[in-house]
Amino acid sequence: MANDAASGRREGASLSRTSFMGRYDAWLRHHRQSSADSLFRVLDNPVSSILTWLVIGIALALPVSLDVALENAGRVSSTWDSSAQLSLFLVDGTSQDAGKALTEELAMHPQVARVQFVSREDALAEFTSVSGFADILENLEENPLPHVVLVEPLEDVDPAQVTGLRDEFEALGLVAEATLDMAWLQRLNSLLELSRRSVLALGGFLIFGVVLILGNTIRLAIESRREEIVIVKLVGGSNAFVRRPFLYTGLWYGVGGGVFAALLVGAGLWFLSAPVEQLASLYGSDFSLRGPGLIGSLNLVLVGGMLGLIGAWLAVSRHLGAIEPR
Amino acid sequence: MILFDRVSKRYEEGHDALREISIDIGRDEMVFLTGHSGAGKSTLLRLIMLMDRPTRGKLLVDGTDLAKVGSRAIPRHRREIGVVFQNHQLLFDRSVFDNVALPLVIAGYDQREVGRRVRAALDKVGLLARERALPITLSGGEQQRVGIARAVVGRPKILLADEPTGNLDPALSADVMQLFEEFNRVGVTVLIASHDLGLISQLHHRTITLRDGQLVTGTSA
Repeated sequence: MANDAASGRREGASLSRTSFMGRYDAWLRHHRQSSADSLFRVLDNPVSSILTWLVIGIALALPVSLDVALENAGRVSSTWDSSAQLSLFLVDGTSQDAGKALTEELAMHPQVARVQFVSREDALAEFTSVSGFADILENLEENPLPHVVLVEPLEDVDPAQVTGLRDEFEALGLVAEATLDMAWLQRLNSLLELSRRSVLALGGFLIFGVVLILGNTIRLAIESRREEIVIVKLVGGSNAFVRRPFLYTGLWYGVGGGVFAALLVGAGLWFLSAPVEQLASLYGSDFSLRGPGLIGSLNLVLVGGMLGLIGAWLAVSRHLGAIEPR
Repeated sequence: MILFDRVSKRYEEGHDALREISIDIGRDEMVFLTGHSGAGKSTLLRLIMLMDRPTRGKLLVDGTDLAKVGSRAIPRHRREIGVVFQNHQLLFDRSVFDNVALPLVIAGYDQREVGRRVRAALDKVGLLARERALPITLSGGEQQRVGIARAVVGRPKILLADEPTGNLDPALSADVMQLFEEFNRVGVTVLIASHDLGLISQLHHRTITLRDGQLVTGTSA
């Protein structure tokens, strides 16, 4: 018996020495086999697989398309950022000369980039041509508009300083009222920021949901192959061996879901791009929607695959250990 | 090859399946394990396969103390033992070939070697012509022989069988036993649990009888 043991050990040792490459080959071979086998199993049930892909695709596409929408809204608003300007409405009865003098004075201000004087006559003419109220305006006995000085601060002046400028200019004797055209832009920006956070939170929830969906799908796959798992364990299959095909199943579901998500986002963009461009052209802009692009789409597929692996891993580590030969 | 040293197994509900069992089965031996159902035959086989662990006592297989085999090493331990199950334990959605190939795939043999060995094993049990068939289309005896082919395809040192002739008619049972004797002749240690006393008495091998978890005859040789 002792002899047997010794010879057995020797044999085992030499086996493991010579077969490291062999074991690596075997490991690689089983990865190949189980990935292909899992893929065939997924493709073998096209209806249920497509449904799973769609569920994951929609769950992923939702936050991604919201993010794309915000990204585009951000691009629109960023083109407006530089146009933050102050309108100084001058006191009634200020003469045009006095207004022009003030304009030159303001142009010397260190935080001011540009100043433009719009006389009340010019303003009326512009308003008449733009507003379409020409008839009504002609009937007015006198011009209701004041002189206006448009002040554009330097670009590196931050919003708080711009507000300070407004207060400073409003205190001037000739200025009746100073308005900051940036207030709404700030509101828009903080609204965008709020939306961005909401999308992030929503995305987090949905990603969690995707992991749970995938975990549950894999759990069902494990249940349906319970007998097979028992048999494989009986004839010496390790946990890693049993686990592998299920991890690949999760990967395929996740990757497919990512592809579907990318397709959904692409289709949505295509669906919206024509009306958006039309709307933009009405505003005299050549703005067009920008999608996640090829890299973004590939990332989506990658993220889908990773979520699939995570979901499968959770399901496998939770349920596979419980299946032992009895 | 298999050494039980005062092994006891008590299940959690308090039932003593095995009590102070001491058996020594040598290399190249073929041994029958008999007794009524519930006498502890299956428990004994389960302990060798590490499906259960002894409550007390020492169990050595091929010189290895099974108490020292951790749960991560169980698969490797099982790969060195071929097992024939009473209910066959075949994969019914895979072909006969794939069923027999399973232990080799697990052990990581390359495809050509798998094909060669599987065909050799199927030839041995007379099922080479059925390699593409699904197990469900086979008779009970054929399914049992597929199970035997799977048990020996990895050329294990030990072959265990739990009621391998349980569902077979006498002629088929004799065939199956003859197969086991052939494997034993080429150096495989064979341990067969069976209550088919008629068949066992025709074959001249050592017989171990269990009753209520205790050894009746055939103490350590």
